[in-house]
Amino acid sequence: MNDQVDHSRRRLLTAATVGTGAIGVAFAAIPFLASWQPSARAKALGAPVEVDASKLESGQMLKVVWRGQAVFVVRRVKGSLEQLGNHDALLADPASEDSLQPDYIKSSGAVRARNPEYWVGLAVCTHLGCSPLGAFEANNSFQVAGADLGANWPGGFYCPCHGSKYDLSGRVFKSMPAPKNLTVPPYVFAENARITIGVDDAPKTV
Amino acid sequence: MLKSWVLITLALCSGGYAAAEEGEIPLLQSGADIHNTDSLQRGARNFMNYCSGCHSLKYVRYNRLAADLNIPEAELAPNLMFTSDKVVDTINSAMPKDSESWFGKQPPDLSLMARARGVDYLYSFLKGFYVDKTRPWGVNNLYLPSAAMPHVLQSLQGRQKPVFKNEPDDRGSARMVLVGVEAMTPGAMKPEEYDQFVRDIANFLDYAGEPIKAKRESMGVFITLFLLVFFVFAYLLKKEYWKDIH
Amino acid sequence: MAAGSFIGWIDQRFPLTKMWREQVSEYYAPKNFNFWYYFGVISLVVLVNQLVTGIFLTMNYKPSAAEAFSSIEYIMRDVDGGWLIRYMHSTGASAFFIVIYLHMFRALLYGSHRKPRELIWIFGCLIFLLLMAEAFMGYVLPWGNMSYWGAQVIVSLFSSVPYVGGTLVDWIRGDYYIADATLNRFFALHVAALPLALIFLVIAHLMALHEVGSNNPDGIEIKKHKDAQGHPLDGIPFHPYYTVKDTVGIAGFLLLFCGVIFFAPTFGGLFLESPNFEPANPLQTPPHIAPVWYFTPFYAMLRAVPSFAGTQIWGVLVMGAAVLVLFFLPWLDRSPVRSIRYRGPIYKVMLAIFVFSFIALGFCGMKPPSGIYPTLAKICTVLYFAFFLLMPWYTKFDSVKPVPERVTGHA
Repeated sequence: MNDQVDHSRRRLLTAATVGTGAIGVAFAAIPFLASWQPSARAKALGAPVEVDASKLESGQMLKVVWRGQAVFVVRRVKGSLEQLGNHDALLADPASEDSLQPDYIKSSGAVRARNPEYWVGLAVCTHLGCSPLGAFEANNSFQVAGADLGANWPGGFYCPCHGSKYDLSGRVFKSMPAPKNLTVPPYVFAENARITIGVDDAPKTV
Repeated sequence: MLKSWVLITLALCSGGYAAAEEGEIPLLQSGADIHNTDSLQRGARNFMNYCSGCHSLKYVRYNRLAADLNIPEAELAPNLMFTSDKVVDTINSAMPKDSESWFGKQPPDLSLMARARGVDYLYSFLKGFYVDKTRPWGVNNLYLPSAAMPHVLQSLQGRQKPVFKNEPDDRGSARMVLVGVEAMTPGAMKPEEYDQFVRDIANFLDYAGEPIKAKRESMGVFITLFLLVFFVFAYLLKKEYWKDIH
Repeated sequence: MAAGSFIGWIDQRFPLTKMWREQVSEYYAPKNFNFWYYFGVISLVVLVNQLVTGIFLTMNYKPSAAEAFSSIEYIMRDVDGGWLIRYMHSTGASAFFIVIYLHMFRALLYGSHRKPRELIWIFGCLIFLLLMAEAFMGYVLPWGNMSYWGAQVIVSLFSSVPYVGGTLVDWIRGDYYIADATLNRFFALHVAALPLALIFLVIAHLMALHEVGSNNPDGIEIKKHKDAQGHPLDGIPFHPYYTVKDTVGIAGFLLLFCGVIFFAPTFGGLFLESPNFEPANPLQTPPHIAPVWYFTPFYAMLRAVPSFAGTQIWGVLVMGAAVLVLFFLPWLDRSPVRSIRYRGPIYKVMLAIFVFSFIALGFCGMKPPSGIYPTLAKICTVLYFAFFLLMPWYTKFDSVKPVPERVTGHA
């Protein structure tokens, strides 16, 4: 071995080589990590879904599939809209602060919709992912799946798995198994009740 | 010594190469360039208007095409999307499933045709139609004998007739050999215009065969430079350590 | 090692430091390795590349006749980064053979297969054999038209086996033609069975190497002359000297490898052949059918031997023998010296003829069997075997130069 070894040069060159090599390995990892992203095909299949809700009558609901999940579109009875703001005290998260909803939904007040008449949300209970049922009639003796919803039922959603109840805007009541309000996907509401689920903004047309 | 043997081998084999290709009509040079976005855009338009009625590009998506060719997505639907209404869809043909009976075979998907046959082949093929009364559509092709495809672009190119040459065969008697084509009646386009028209289509199909090609090459430059830096560091490091070895 | 340290904790339970010392930092390798000694470590790099990219390809590939071809295009277009992973794998396949052929040629130059390294050589030959099977089955998976007809031709070779040929071919295919069942079993072998076997053989190859120690360009034993500590005088610790040197070699290789991946992934139709961009068509053979370049020397030998006595088995036997004869090399070579540096002119000429014949066979195998190629292939087949079968005589009678006691210089 040579006594006049330049240790600092060795350390420097080792650091340079190892450092460059590490950067190279990190870059090489990119395509492998990226390949786990949803592919162009998955994105194509998960593309926005357009729904024509104009045929929907008051008090009716339709289900569409977007990215493998059911989405509710509910046309609410006009009379039921006014009372939506009256039961905030009974709700777990009345302002949807802890819930997954776009900002334009959170800021829409108690109706939680871009158009007050039409409510759009995922048909996935925030408790354990069951699909809730719609029960829109404010009927004192209304029963869903054998459960008596009680005299004060204002209409809304009821999950048959563990009994979570939501109001007509998909907001969960207090002391329910479900912790959060129903998730609202991004959507756009256009003329003649054409709803596009999966985008925040209408596609620009030239 | 070793090297000279390798060279001799190479020389022997390349000498034989030209001989093996004899008898085939050489392809025309397309001059297509996938970096020419204008040409690709024109090619996409030509393809959608003249080809997509029968031929699909089932591995190419409209939105990918728009992004790669700098076409605004809003312009896709009115100008390019004739067989689908969603920009994420792949490019299908307008052909019904039973089209086999129309041409004797299903018009092939063209997604990979440029990779399978080469861009020059596509260019030559589109310029190679000539009048042949014996064929079902009245045309044959210089580069694909007994082609099942009609000359879709005939109104643009005009008609071409075959050129034959007398050649002695093995027994010494003369036979007619097809050697080329020449213009017979003019079409709506001048010859240069038609050349550019089919060059753009060939270019577009070259892009469709490997949409990542342009990006791949530009990435390659950076990666080469990066590896050169790594190589230099590694080389200096090796030199430094090997000072110990005498 | 401090007993309280993490490494110390490990060392009491697993021989980590011991293995590092024995196999790397205190593994003494000859100091005169030259250019030809890079290809061992580079083949290891390529192996890792194939394993990693292969695993990721498997995540999107569909091993069925209906979906295989489309799933490759799906990887190439729809999967983020998929094109790069696929090109790394397809280029890696060709790179593997380039590197392995150069690695084997190194043995012929410096006598690395000679006693006491016969088992290293035999493990290496087994790796080569498995690699050919691995490459062949991998080539079928894209289910392009060349994949299909390549499989058809190679599987048909087994039909020449007397008496059981037909049954054997049906058994290999699992159908009466190259079909979904064939593709699916080739997939299983390609991604699971053969890689496992390859990894075990590579470990055996390296264990045998580290047991006897590396040969070197002078072909002499460095263990004959040791210093007071018992280290070979002409040896240097593998780490850091060869780790830094191999890094240079790997960097150089990666430059070429990435050059192909990013600028010429089909390599002019040699690495990815144009007929394979058309889906498998059982009704139409591609006009010029030839295997991928790395099989063409053996394919040319297969074609060079004519059928006689009513069977084509002779060509198959010759092709098989061309690979099997490699295994006997350590015993065919009777020269008193190992390295070409101290051998006489006959071996040098024979080796040059062998290299010429191998490359020429490769070219012949790519070309249609017409013109000069069939004759050239026949001559080269004879030359290929002459190199091996005449070796016991010409190496014995060849002149030799005096071999030095110590290695000469270093690169």
